[in-house]
Amino acid sequence: MPLIKDGAFVEDKWTYADEEGPLPEGPVIVSLTRWHNEKEALAARTAPLGIKLLSGEEPKEIAGDLDKFAVIALDFPMFKNGRAYSYARLLRERYGYKGELRATGDVLRDQLFFMHRCGFDAYEVSQRITIDGWKEAMDEISVVYQPASDGRKTIFQARHGG
Amino acid sequence: MAQHSNKMAQVQAVTANRLIDGVVVYLTAKGAWSEKLADAAIAEGKEAAEALLAKANPALEQQEIVEPYLFEIAEEDGTLVPASVRERIRMAGPTVRLDLGKQAEGKTA
Amino acid sequence: MYRYDEFDHALVQDRVKQFSGQVQRRLAGEITEDEFKPLRLMNGVYLQLHAYMLRVAVPYGTLSSRQMRMLAHIARKYDKGYGHFTTRQNIQYNWPALKDIPAILEDLASVEMHALQTSGNCIRNVTSDQYAGVAANEVEDPRIWSEIIRQWSTLHPEFSFLPRKFKFAVTGAPEDRAAIRVHDIGIELVKGKDGRTAFDIYVGGGQGRTPMIGKLIGKAISQENLLTYLEAIMRVYNMHGRRDHLFKSRIKILVHTIGEEEMRRQVEEEFAAMQKDGPVELPKAEIERIQAYFAPPAYETLENDPAELNEAFEKTPAFARWVKQNVAAHKVPGYAIANISLKPVGGVAGDASSEQMEKVAELADAYSFSEIRVTHEQNLVLADVPQKDLFALWQELDANGLGTPNLGLITDQIVCPGLDYCNLANARSIPIGQAIAKKFEDLDRQNDIGELKIKISGCINACGHHHVGHIGILGVDKKGTEFYQVSLGGSADEKTSLGDITGPAFTEDKIVGAVENIVETYLSERQDGERFLDTYRRIGMKPFKEKLYAAH
Ligand code: SF4
Repeated sequence: MPLIKDGAFVEDKWTYADEEGPLPEGPVIVSLTRWHNEKEALAARTAPLGIKLLSGEEPKEIAGDLDKFAVIALDFPMFKNGRAYSYARLLRERYGYKGELRATGDVLRDQLFFMHRCGFDAYEVSQRITIDGWKEAMDEISVVYQPASDGRKTIFQARHGG
Repeated sequence: MAQHSNKMAQVQAVTANRLIDGVVVYLTAKGAWSEKLADAAIAEGKEAAEALLAKANPALEQQEIVEPYLFEIAEEDGTLVPASVRERIRMAGPTVRLDLGKQAEGKTA
Repeated sequence: MYRYDEFDHALVQDRVKQFSGQVQRRLAGEITEDEFKPLRLMNGVYLQLHAYMLRVAVPYGTLSSRQMRMLAHIARKYDKGYGHFTTRQNIQYNWPALKDIPAILEDLASVEMHALQTSGNCIRNVTSDQYAGVAANEVEDPRIWSEIIRQWSTLHPEFSFLPRKFKFAVTGAPEDRAAIRVHDIGIELVKGKDGRTAFDIYVGGGQGRTPMIGKLIGKAISQENLLTYLEAIMRVYNMHGRRDHLFKSRIKILVHTIGEEEMRRQVEEEFAAMQKDGPVELPKAEIERIQAYFAPPAYETLENDPAELNEAFEKTPAFARWVKQNVAAHKVPGYAIANISLKPVGGVAGDASSEQMEKVAELADAYSFSEIRVTHEQNLVLADVPQKDLFALWQELDANGLGTPNLGLITDQIVCPGLDYCNLANARSIPIGQAIAKKFEDLDRQNDIGELKIKISGCINACGHHHVGHIGILGVDKKGTEFYQVSLGGSADEKTSLGDITGPAFTEDKIVGAVENIVETYLSERQDGERFLDTYRRIGMKPFKEKLYAAH
């Protein structure tokens, strides 16, 4: 999958590990189950580690381990399933996660704006999204009402000099 | 979904809505789309019905129509009419506004 | 009423441009229907039986005369000369072409209107009391808070892909005219301990397949905490609401499954944590800014019951009848609330032609500070009419088919579009409503029967609120034939109740007779001063059932 990060297509150095068996070399992203089962071995590896949370696997399960992960991938099994928007905000705003937060699964152009607002900074997108499309998606709505993880000034603040 | 699917149906035709304005259209024997049911190709039996539905694909791919499906046709006083109330209403227009829809445009024949 | 500032304008304009681009991409074949469908749904565009349907938001049911004129213009230019007012206080156009929708949205934006969030699994248009601001005993105008919620919920990044659609209703008065207990979240304005407006928050009400009455989850939530508290509820729902089953995905199912206590615990826990994360701040200055828009208009000093009014009563009994039935008391002396029925016998409930919309706009300019309300019972309201002008108003209404004196009577029904228009319908609703209205056309008979709310839905989605009809009628499909299931005893007011099903459904031929049987049973059983609902609550289903199914 092409990966957009910081506004550009970048090479994806990460591999998703299987549920069991030997881990591939280099940076890997493991499932929550594998993390639970092999915590110590995984933490002892020198290569960077990432974790993928499926819909239904809530951030509080890894809240104490966040410093172990350089990437957290949140899955959108269908674009209609919006749980990961809440997960993203919790990771950023409640648990203070600073690493890469990537959207994976059914990631469509017209959702990128909401994802960005909720704290995602990396997107595994389909071939059909161009970088211009990405920029457009970021810019087409110029004002926002709600505070979220992107720290954008809200309309309420702009109105009252906040 | 209400009303329009009947697995046992023997005589069927294909309908869809036109992309640009949503108007109800019917698939003709030539693979074109007509606003009148009278122009619709009629399929008898399951295989013929499926073959007919497959003929909708080019128009679907060319973004001419949306959501094509088969519906049952019945015979009434020697003419072919949709079997369900739903399809009769799609064919003619709202039963409570006879001045609107195909019934008002002379397209129900 | 509220006016957009530069920011509100910018957002709506951005959105129109965005959707125009999406429509262009669709018409050019660059995106498929599967990809386009969620996008059009986010802009209120459905594909119905005969054509597309566009649902335009009327936030909390308030319109200016200028907006109403634009609605009339759109109906004339892009549609077939009429629009349909819905139980969500919105307006629907039944025939727009997809290619015209960007232009329609442009026109709407020019009068501060849009179709945002009138469909899709997001927070929908907020509804409210049609007597907001003019009801005598309200705590505060609920539209202030509805507008705040509208803004907060518009393009909310976290809550635009909820398990299912989500509906808010807000009322400021103890008499509930907004059906708040059958909404996902219903909010009642109350006086807090400090005397300031606070909020009782009901969660998990709803109609549809599994009707439920909302539970009081948050009590007297303060103004500062309102939006954070709402975010907490939404987050609990977004994370824990079911997504595996369409019929089980509304918040009412979550509340029902985990129970009221547990729901409250989860919300409170999330709320407490959010306050540390950084609450949703609602600056006091912002509340005041919005309050100012809803300040009372410049009322004149007038007397109640002016002489002209009494004179007109005597001369014109039809006018007296209309006032008795359709006019409600106003909190300011000398003023009145005039209800405009969109339920003439033989008409389509909630439909208004372009000419009627323009007439109403003109009358609003002449008599009611240029403002109009849409009710969830599919009528219109002029909320600030001087009593001395009622007669002139009525004459104009009457001349334009808008003077039907049937508010709250058996012919003032809620009727969904049903199988005449709606893609999801099982059966027609409108002709059933019309046949019943015809049967009870005689006004003396209607008045004798008194308050009786019939509500008709063409399928289990319950857009016609049948669960909370005094008599509810639900269209069902049996092998391609329409049948109608009847329920009794529902109510959507502050004493909300869900109707009980009478028994086997009736055919189209039998349904009017069934309603007559129900009414006759009520008339023969009622005691002095009892409304239908009172009698039903006293005597229960049995006598009705016996009469209905006697022949079986
Ligand atoms: S209740 Fe059913 S038939 Fe009626 S408008 Fe809603 S979805 Fe359509």
